[in-house]
Amino acid sequence: MELDWEYAFSILPTLLKGLKTALYATVVGFVIACVAGLVLALLVRVRVKVVKWVTNAFIEFVRSTPLLIQLFFLYFGLNKYFQLSAFTVGAVALGIHYSTYLAEVYRSGIDNVEKGQWEASRALNFSKGRTWTSIILPQAIPPILPIMGNYLIVVFKETPLLAGITVLEMLTRSKNILSRDWKPFEPYTMVGLIFLVLSLTMAIVFELMERRMNRRFTK
Amino acid sequence: MSTTVQEREPHAVSGGETALPIVKYNDVKKSFGDLEVLHGINLEMRPGEKIAIIGPSGSGKTTLGRMLMTLEEPTSGTIEVDGELLWHMERGGKLVRASEAHLHRMRTKIGMVFQHFNLFPHMKVIRNVTEAPRKVLGLSKEEAHERAVEMLRKVGLEDKLDVYPSKLSGGQKQRVAIARALVMRPKVMVFDEVTSALDPELVGEVLEVIKEIALEGEMAMMLITHEMDFAREVADRVIFGADGLIVEEGPPSELFENPESERLQSFLRRMN
Ligand SMILES: Nc1ncnc2c1ncn2[C@@H]1O[C@H](COP(=O)(O)OP(=O)(O)O)[C@@H](O)[C@H]1O
Ligand SMILES: [Mg+2]
Repeated sequence: MELDWEYAFSILPTLLKGLKTALYATVVGFVIACVAGLVLALLVRVRVKVVKWVTNAFIEFVRSTPLLIQLFFLYFGLNKYFQLSAFTVGAVALGIHYSTYLAEVYRSGIDNVEKGQWEASRALNFSKGRTWTSIILPQAIPPILPIMGNYLIVVFKETPLLAGITVLEMLTRSKNILSRDWKPFEPYTMVGLIFLVLSLTMAIVFELMERRMNRRFTK
Repeated sequence: MSTTVQEREPHAVSGGETALPIVKYNDVKKSFGDLEVLHGINLEMRPGEKIAIIGPSGSGKTTLGRMLMTLEEPTSGTIEVDGELLWHMERGGKLVRASEAHLHRMRTKIGMVFQHFNLFPHMKVIRNVTEAPRKVLGLSKEEAHERAVEMLRKVGLEDKLDVYPSKLSGGQKQRVAIARALVMRPKVMVFDEVTSALDPELVGEVLEVIKEIALEGEMAMMLITHEMDFAREVADRVIFGADGLIVEEGPPSELFENPESERLQSFLRRMN
């Protein structure tokens, strides 16, 4: 098969519009995942058994069902009661889904903070909240930033699933172009290339950031 | 001083002569699971008193200090600090477990230095010492800085303010930890084997700093230590504990020169 480069570049502007939507969904979804993931990680540590149990059950449930099914469920389920755009539902679903993975990442970061840090905080009479914000999280989070960066890339690569609920990201736009021109090879190749370039770029940026941080934090 | 006489009359409160004890353990027991490690400790510290706690490892010395710092809760018995119950409150004539607010208030009187320093590795030295005064005591940035520098000068580290702990030697780390605890101005401070994680050549500088602080006088100190010369020099009273009980106590001269119990005699032989 020959790639028609002229045609490929002619559809690029449309695909880039889709990319913009995909990136936007990635950022919004990832921010939700980071915040909700931290909340989940903290809820798991609450001493009240019920809270711990419900949180763990939620995490297990979300992780063991496919994201696409969750998207359908939220999109068709919620739209019965609320008027939400497909984009909003998509970003929220991405966020909730990956919050359960980030919760585990936070947990490992928190568990790696030495017990003595908690004890010194208690001895200096820091409140619980202060202990978290001043002592524990500033030590727990830097080591896990590279893993969090990886999840950002994963979320980005999952955005084509949003095509399932009609979000105008790259896959949806490719399909639209396809049904107009009947040339399947070019749009999907371009989308693949765009993912490749951006994922690699992000991976390299995070790698450089990690190296810089390692230099700063080496004990 | 006539302390021995007073100790034999438990309820004698003789006006202004006897200051209330700053710390008082009343039949304190502690178990971890099924294992009872402290079997009923009775111990008093007068304000400003320096006591050394010695004894074989595993005898419960650390646990004793950690209960005072509210890091470990007694299984039974009570601890009083500055005339108030530490782990309990009175509610309708009954003793109940203290609230977090009560513990928070009580902790302002207590400080601790740990065997492994437990400095905050993500903060420079100065911030290690200013963080609690600012966030716990609510001091202004300037006040906290001033107090912290004063303490760091006291421990001989005023030239290390802007260094991260990872760049310090063990002895320097421990001196920062001492400054960090002192800056909160506790009435009683626990030193739990603060030199036993140090290279031998760094032990001296830390003990020197503690001796100087002891000489200032007003703060009571519980010195859990394996350094017998240091205990003899600094402590007003030495407590020898073994197997979760206080076996013998007295002024260092008596305890070290004329140990009564067989256990202390053999312990001291092994230490020398
Ligand atoms: N958190 C804990 N869980 C279980 N056992 C403990 C714990 N802390 C201390 N112990 C046990 O309690 C006993 C006294 O320990 P510790 O107070 O550290 O003694 P010391 O400081 O005199 O060496 C030891 O047998 C120790 O194993
Ligand atoms: Mg110990």
